[in-house]
Amino acid sequence: MKTYRMHLMLCAGTGCVSNGSFRIKAALERELARRNLEEEVAVVTTGCNGFCAQGPVMTVQPEGIFYQLLTEEDIPGLVEEHFLKGRPVTRLMFTPPKEQAPVPKMSDIGFFRKQRLVSLRNRGLIDPEKIEDYIGRGGYRALAKALTVMTSEDIIEEIKKSGLRGRGGAGFPTGLKWELTARQSGDGKFIVCNGDEGDPGAFMDRSIVESDPHAVLEGMLIGARAIGASHGFVYIRQEYPLALERLNLALSQARDYGLLGTDILGTGFHFDVSVHRGAGAFVCGEETSLIGSLEGRPPEPRIRPPFPAESGVWGKPTCINNVETWATVPEIINRGAEWFSQIGTETSKGTKVFSLVGKVKNTGLVEVPMGITLREMVYDIGGGIQGDKAFKAVQTGGPSGGCIPAPLLDLPIDYERLTEAGSIMGSGGMIVMDEETCMVDVARYFLEFLRDESCGKCTACREGVDVMYQLVSDICAGKGEEGHIPLLEELGQAVKDGSMCALGGTAPNPVLSTLRYFRDEYEAHIKDRRCPAGVCKALITYRIDPEKCKACLLCVKSCPQEAITGERRKPQTIEQEKCIKCGACRDVCKFEAVTVQ
Amino acid sequence: MAKLRPEDLDRIAERMKRVMALREGTGRVRITVHMGTCGIAAGARTIVTTLLHCLDESTVQDVIISTSGCGGLCSREPMMTVELAGEAPVQYVDLTADKVKRIFAEHVVGGKVVRDYALAVGSEQTV
Repeated sequence: MKTYRMHLMLCAGTGCVSNGSFRIKAALERELARRNLEEEVAVVTTGCNGFCAQGPVMTVQPEGIFYQLLTEEDIPGLVEEHFLKGRPVTRLMFTPPKEQAPVPKMSDIGFFRKQRLVSLRNRGLIDPEKIEDYIGRGGYRALAKALTVMTSEDIIEEIKKSGLRGRGGAGFPTGLKWELTARQSGDGKFIVCNGDEGDPGAFMDRSIVESDPHAVLEGMLIGARAIGASHGFVYIRQEYPLALERLNLALSQARDYGLLGTDILGTGFHFDVSVHRGAGAFVCGEETSLIGSLEGRPPEPRIRPPFPAESGVWGKPTCINNVETWATVPEIINRGAEWFSQIGTETSKGTKVFSLVGKVKNTGLVEVPMGITLREMVYDIGGGIQGDKAFKAVQTGGPSGGCIPAPLLDLPIDYERLTEAGSIMGSGGMIVMDEETCMVDVARYFLEFLRDESCGKCTACREGVDVMYQLVSDICAGKGEEGHIPLLEELGQAVKDGSMCALGGTAPNPVLSTLRYFRDEYEAHIKDRRCPAGVCKALITYRIDPEKCKACLLCVKSCPQEAITGERRKPQTIEQEKCIKCGACRDVCKFEAVTVQ
Repeated sequence: MAKLRPEDLDRIAERMKRVMALREGTGRVRITVHMGTCGIAAGARTIVTTLLHCLDESTVQDVIISTSGCGGLCSREPMMTVELAGEAPVQYVDLTADKVKRIFAEHVVGGKVVRDYALAVGSEQTV
């Protein structure tokens, strides 16, 4: 590869791309050419950098200077000042909330400092579309080791010793799963990579495939070697076009290099991978549904046993792991089980990728050691709550998970602690909520999602979730009754008990966990006909505080209903019959004169 | 593309080493060329090109070339600073392409300061 003095690592993950990183790339190339710098400075597009809130982002190496919120107009000045004259441009650097001075180096920014990258080890350092970049970072060495010096038993033993557990949600020990599949006799075993990421607000798997597709392939190859599989499937959502494109490119590169196909690395090992595009049903994340979908049947779960390890795709022994699990495997083989098991807690080893979203300042993709506290996630990495409002809860595990309240902020994150708190690890979605989030409304949102996504096979899930949704909707609409809460609890238990798969088995979690920690909010809705967070429209009224109103008339202009009236230079009032409670007046008011009750 | 053998992975990684060292910001030697307006006018761009050329032709992998603003001694431009890990930085002045080639061979690769072209050893004090 040509020698450059500087590499501009421009994020081309989906988040930054939608904020225009390809336009930034074109502008950079144009401007570098104009300054005759194209032989000295390279523009490299990388996968997701993680700091999606500040996109488009770019890291300048070797200095490690981090630029954010770039626009095309910034580029000419940036090229002249920094890339030609060597003077980093502070204006385009990140200034942490509450601080005055920008932080030049990526490694000094709080968002990145507490992270530890294992699955995302190549993040921002490679171009995911170049296999040489992956090999340059030590890629496919673990495969070579697994094929030349390790036996199938050695590999399984190493994974078992590492303590790696499935990153897709349930946390089943990966090594054990491999052992169960390896033990089955016969050939024609399958490997499946589960990339059906359906939780609202979660984008871990997409980002891993987009930023490091070869890591996933290498993990699958090692798994195939361990269990004796000759074919693998990557099940990935059709709505992830960039991930699909990069995955297909990675597959063809790996075939060209003899890393997929017959006689891999000249060792006589055969394995190939095909991609299966899913249409985007949440239930396909459940392994038996996923198998149904792969075979062309409707995605309905079935009773286990037999487990996929015994009878999976086309009735053959099948090992299914999630994208993140596969991407972690090569690093364990490279660095050893002991290294991996030193990270994390007693029962949850290693690191976990989370998509940190919601009401935090720094939203994005983060990888942290297991055992980190929720407080560190929200305040150190997330930078605190937007608008410095009060923290209320964090929702983990998506629709199957639960809400964890402020008193449990110091809870260390691992599989067991989250389960004890009434939530789950899940695949790693983490939605932060502030004081203006109504927990009943949150439960209603997730129930609505699950009601739509239930496959309908089990009556308890199909009908039960729907009834729960109706009850919670009634509570939000101010039609709640005293008996609703015990009924929800009873129904929740029945849905859990009467559903075959994890979708129904966990569907009541959002309601049960909010009832556990925020019962007073449900009671306020039912008994006092009041929504304490000011969200449920049927239970709130907007008013203008005459003491605070300066008669600037901004709210009058913003009101789509023309519901705000009053005399000139006098405090305004809202006509309640016309008000649709959209909140536009409150958003524009500079004097906090609009209140919600 | 020929099918790879395990040893080919090492070969590719070796070829990529310089790129990765640059991206990871790790290197044994850091060369900083002063690129203020004065430096550029005096020929600093040629100095950078020459350095990249030297690097291309050599087998050393762990050299990082960066640029900075005006060094403050405009009359002695083009200037560059060579800093070996664990040693004091050395400033070279009045550079030409030939001088750079000699500095690269003797100091960057060989580890021996080229006294003929050096202005001083060490950085300025900042209060």
